[in-house]
Amino acid sequence: MSSNVLLSERNITVGHTDGINQNILFENLSIELRAGELVCFMGPNGIGKSTLIRTLAGLHPSLTPIPTHGRGEFDPKKISVVLTDRISTVNMTVQELVTFGRYPYLEWNIKLKSMDVTIIERAIELTRTQHLVSKKLYELSDGQLQMAMIARALAQNTPIILLDEPTAHLDLNNRVEIMNLLRKLSRTEGKAILVATHELDLALQTADLVWLAGRDKKILTGIPEDLVLNGSFDELFQFKGFDLKTGKVFHEAYRSVAVNLIGAGYDYLWTKNALERNGYQVSDKSDHTIAIQGKENQVRWTFRGQTFNSLQGLLAQLPRSTA
Amino acid sequence: MIKNLKRYWYFILPILLIILFLLNISLGSVQIPLSETLKVLSGITPEKPILADIIVDFRLTKSFTCILAGGALALGGLLMQTLFRNPLAGPDVLGLSSGASLAVAIVVMTTGTGATLFSHSFTLAFAASIGCTFIFLLVLAIAHRVRDNISLLIIGLMIGAATSSIVSVLQFISKAEDQQYYLVWTFGSLSSLNWGEIQILSIAVFIGLVISIFSIKSLNAWLLGDNYAISMGIPLRKSRLVIIIGTSILTGAVTAFCGPIAFVGLAVPHLTRQLIDSTNHKILIPAVVIMGGIVMLFCDILTHFPGSDFVLPINAITALIGAPVVIWVILRSKKIRM
Repeated sequence: MSSNVLLSERNITVGHTDGINQNILFENLSIELRAGELVCFMGPNGIGKSTLIRTLAGLHPSLTPIPTHGRGEFDPKKISVVLTDRISTVNMTVQELVTFGRYPYLEWNIKLKSMDVTIIERAIELTRTQHLVSKKLYELSDGQLQMAMIARALAQNTPIILLDEPTAHLDLNNRVEIMNLLRKLSRTEGKAILVATHELDLALQTADLVWLAGRDKKILTGIPEDLVLNGSFDELFQFKGFDLKTGKVFHEAYRSVAVNLIGAGYDYLWTKNALERNGYQVSDKSDHTIAIQGKENQVRWTFRGQTFNSLQGLLAQLPRSTA
Repeated sequence: MIKNLKRYWYFILPILLIILFLLNISLGSVQIPLSETLKVLSGITPEKPILADIIVDFRLTKSFTCILAGGALALGGLLMQTLFRNPLAGPDVLGLSSGASLAVAIVVMTTGTGATLFSHSFTLAFAASIGCTFIFLLVLAIAHRVRDNISLLIIGLMIGAATSSIVSVLQFISKAEDQQYYLVWTFGSLSSLNWGEIQILSIAVFIGLVISIFSIKSLNAWLLGDNYAISMGIPLRKSRLVIIIGTSILTGAVTAFCGPIAFVGLAVPHLTRQLIDSTNHKILIPAVVIMGGIVMLFCDILTHFPGSDFVLPINAITALIGAPVVIWVILRSKKIRM
């Protein structure tokens, strides 16, 4: 991990103002982004993640007494962005969209040089969107469109990329793909990447650093594991029924029926999951014994001499309650 | 044919323009054979010299006006549709033409110079441009606050209603000949320009065209929205102002000389996008200008009832052709794509 600081802001205040009233979202922030680091920016909805990203990008004025950032003071060769703004012009191809990334480097007649073409091709290659280049934007799925937007940002060839919820509205597969891509880009291309996201589990597994937006208008910074263990996540999100340390949703054993589960491996874990989700307590002190006989993809459960080939069947035969 | 047009538009569209140009010159209340027309155009004096006068001073001026006005209005419409990211934007829909009308009405009816105004066409053009710019700035300021298309359109309609009520008041208190001059102006006319006025119009269209060409990069970047445009290094306020000035010059000059011509600015960009299937302004600008000329020449041909001296107002024809085109575009593409 390099300690090469690419973006450094001291004592900036972020928020909205209508000239008279100020709505301060973050106060006196001092933040840094380093080359080769993937930073996940997390926090509850409405706390101001998007506004901070826009402020850092120079798209939104900061409230700092000396306004170092203002609308239009954007350095397009330093920072590229992927925003939540909807693209209303959908009748363009992915190739054309990615080409927009080269605009900061082009003259008024937007003529591409061979270097621009190479960079565009590489951006498309890195995001694995080769098969989409001639497709129109309205033909793309949400995940494909997001990949194309990332390719556009990559074509801008900036050391810093800021992304505002790039995984929103995507399915698990696409979410994982995008986070993996961003991590890869920070590693192999040495970029500083900041991602605002709600994907707790993905962020914990991919981020080098987490920025946690707190209710005290500050940002808590740390590696994900530290923030889990010192309870910062719990305090901020105030999880209701979710245990972050085990990564599981808490289930109440409302049936007050305990079962003794015998088995091992994934079969055991998923069986336990099914039992707990349905309100059973798993305990080796119980008389109700379920034995798992695992053979590759052919798991059998035995309960009171009966054998089941699905958990659904097994659950139907378990006692509903102690009564 | 449409599929080929997408690839060879830069070849087919100019040919179509030339064909319609020749057709436009050779049609009119006086029957002139095409051979005679071609003779005049190539500088040979025909058997009857009066034919040369008709062609040079009446038909050529009118055809040139058609091409200039059609190209300018269509280009103005394209710029506005991109600027507002609103497919229903256009000079007449957003109240620009009403602004020009109001300015012209004020000049014509308050100064009482209606009768002599044919020699004051430059004053008129200037007034119409000012009126256009004023309304455009007003619409833009409002557009900043309301982001959705429908509100903006309603606001445009309201501005149109407000200006026309002011015009009614002006009409009420002004002299009959001034009123009549203004009324004739609102019908739209492509045939009243002399060569001197065509020169002024050409300069205005040329300035608008140059401004548009130098704004290709900003126009394209705007397709992704303001924030992305800034993030790609587009100086938003500056280029927006430049585009507004360009659009106002284009629409203002045409409206001043030819009257408020409806629908061309709205319909032609859509027609062009349907035909050549591109969002790149490097392609769209020349194509839309040529297409505007084609549509205007075609509409003008239709104003001359075949074999009669009767000439319809150009506005009746553009609306008659423009409205179905817009409906057809909406039905065909379900969602209007820009």
